[in-house]
Amino acid sequence: MRLRDIPVTAWIGIAGIALAFIFAIFAPWLAPHGESEIVAGVWEPMGDTYLLGTDNLGRDLLSRVIYGARTTLFVALAATIISFSLGILLSFTAAVSRGIIDTVFSRFNDLMMSIPTLIFALVVLAVLPQNLLILILVMGVLDSTRVYRLGRAVALDVAVMEFVEAAKLRGEGRLWIIFREILPNTLSPLLAEFGLRFAFSILFLSTLSFLGLGIQPPAADWGGMVKDNKDGIIFGIPAALVPGGAIAALAICVNLVVDWLLKRTSSLKGGRGDA
Amino acid sequence: MTMTSEPSGLPARKFRERYPLLALILQRLGLSAVLLLAVSVLIFAGVEALPGDFATTYLGQSATPQAVENIRSQLGLDRPVTTRYFEWLGNALQGDFGTSWASRNSVSEQIGNRLGNSLFLAFFAALVSVPLAIALGMVSVHFRNRVPDKVINVISLAAISLPEFFIGYLLILFFAVNLGIATFPATVFEGMSFLDRLKAIALPAATLVLVVLAHMMRMTRAAILSVMSSAYMETAELKGLGAFRAIVKHAAPNAIAPIVNVVALNLAYLVVGVVVVEVVFVYPGMGQYMVDAVTVRDMPVVQACGLIFAAFYILLNMLADIIAIVANPRLRHPR
Repeated sequence: MRLRDIPVTAWIGIAGIALAFIFAIFAPWLAPHGESEIVAGVWEPMGDTYLLGTDNLGRDLLSRVIYGARTTLFVALAATIISFSLGILLSFTAAVSRGIIDTVFSRFNDLMMSIPTLIFALVVLAVLPQNLLILILVMGVLDSTRVYRLGRAVALDVAVMEFVEAAKLRGEGRLWIIFREILPNTLSPLLAEFGLRFAFSILFLSTLSFLGLGIQPPAADWGGMVKDNKDGIIFGIPAALVPGGAIAALAICVNLVVDWLLKRTSSLKGGRGDA
Repeated sequence: MTMTSEPSGLPARKFRERYPLLALILQRLGLSAVLLLAVSVLIFAGVEALPGDFATTYLGQSATPQAVENIRSQLGLDRPVTTRYFEWLGNALQGDFGTSWASRNSVSEQIGNRLGNSLFLAFFAALVSVPLAIALGMVSVHFRNRVPDKVINVISLAAISLPEFFIGYLLILFFAVNLGIATFPATVFEGMSFLDRLKAIALPAATLVLVVLAHMMRMTRAAILSVMSSAYMETAELKGLGAFRAIVKHAAPNAIAPIVNVVALNLAYLVVGVVVVEVVFVYPGMGQYMVDAVTVRDMPVVQACGLIFAAFYILLNMLADIIAIVANPRLRHPR
């Protein structure tokens, strides 16, 4: 693969994601004001002093968007990594062992998936105490059901190949087969799925925060900032749209990259190149 | 293969041979019932197993051991989980979901009012989005890999990435605040005329349409494309069948099942989309009721709403299954 072969849309996506990560990593140096520092009046318009205006408590919106990138990206990424590790491990185990393990895992997965993710999260979060670790775990576990479904389908295709058979015959253990035989051969579709899950995590986290069940104030996160500023909308104050736009832009960027990855995998498979 | 909804043994086999389609549909119905039962266990008992004591949360700061004990016995939490589960399930099946901890009102009564509102909203969103999505999907297949297809592709990719609340507030700012042609908040009440109701739900319905449209359209496009690029369509083309006849006789029967599947899946997604959209538009539906209950940890309401949302979701997925089986005979013989 050469750099020239990457389409423009994918470059835009990569640039957007990189920008968000730069915001997240260097937030204290990039932000002109503190995360929860009140600097001016409530809902000041966009201008020279406050590039994006101020929020419902008079905090600088630009600074909060930059700090918010930190929380949003960290939580979404952590949840995606958990959902991915869990989903891949369970699905590959199921695909390699077949039999009773496969049946039990898959039926349980079907059961989990028969409740809409958001509804499930609402029910669970109604009971559990509110803290960051639990939020990440809930998001990760609920989302791992999708990874499981894809992972199992992909792994089943590979598990019947001759080299897996050969590994089994020469007496390799189950873990070896999972990590050394199946994983490297399924990396391409899984990479695209990782991006897709990451985009979903960002949107899901923002939705939970918007509903008041995600990250708790005063920490800045993009979904929560929309919730904080939503009352301004009726007065024509667009402060809520700034963090909303940031979420949308980041999700679009991730999807652009995923779209390219998916096209690449499908053309590798030698299809007719339509889908 | 075991059947849940018919007697076992010889008569069952006879029944299956005489009415294979009916037997399959009955099997799906039975499966969904089992699934729903399992979901109810998960929602009730699974939640009980999680850490966090209701009574302590319920009382908050004033949780002396004596008060906690009082509240536990008052809410019936001191009895074993299984007893409470069967009691809850039995009552729920008769349409009684108990009383709310927060407001002491009947949960069923509240849900009765709000479920209608939510269905009203979802129905009109579906009425607009389904035909639109299928039409756009067809347009995009027709112009495959040319400018209109690429434009639709980029726009729909962007639309998928937009959170529901962003679309909602964007529409509010533009149509309700700047242009003043729509109403916000979307208040509906009893005795409101049908036209007023329609006007009130215009913006929330539009938001929902935008949310599901892109998904549905992309999936429709993929479904039609996979049919169009199959071997039998190539054969039809090579044997000189006209494009129209090839589509009517060969493509359409095979495309119905995936398209219906796409529609049902997205309607199921609509059920969830309703939650966020209702909160954005302050619309008195099930979603808002549930979110409010979650914030105050009002468990009877949360469990009731969760079960109803899951029931709709399972029902729609089951419908998709059954329609797919009826439309495509090949699915009647599972491998």
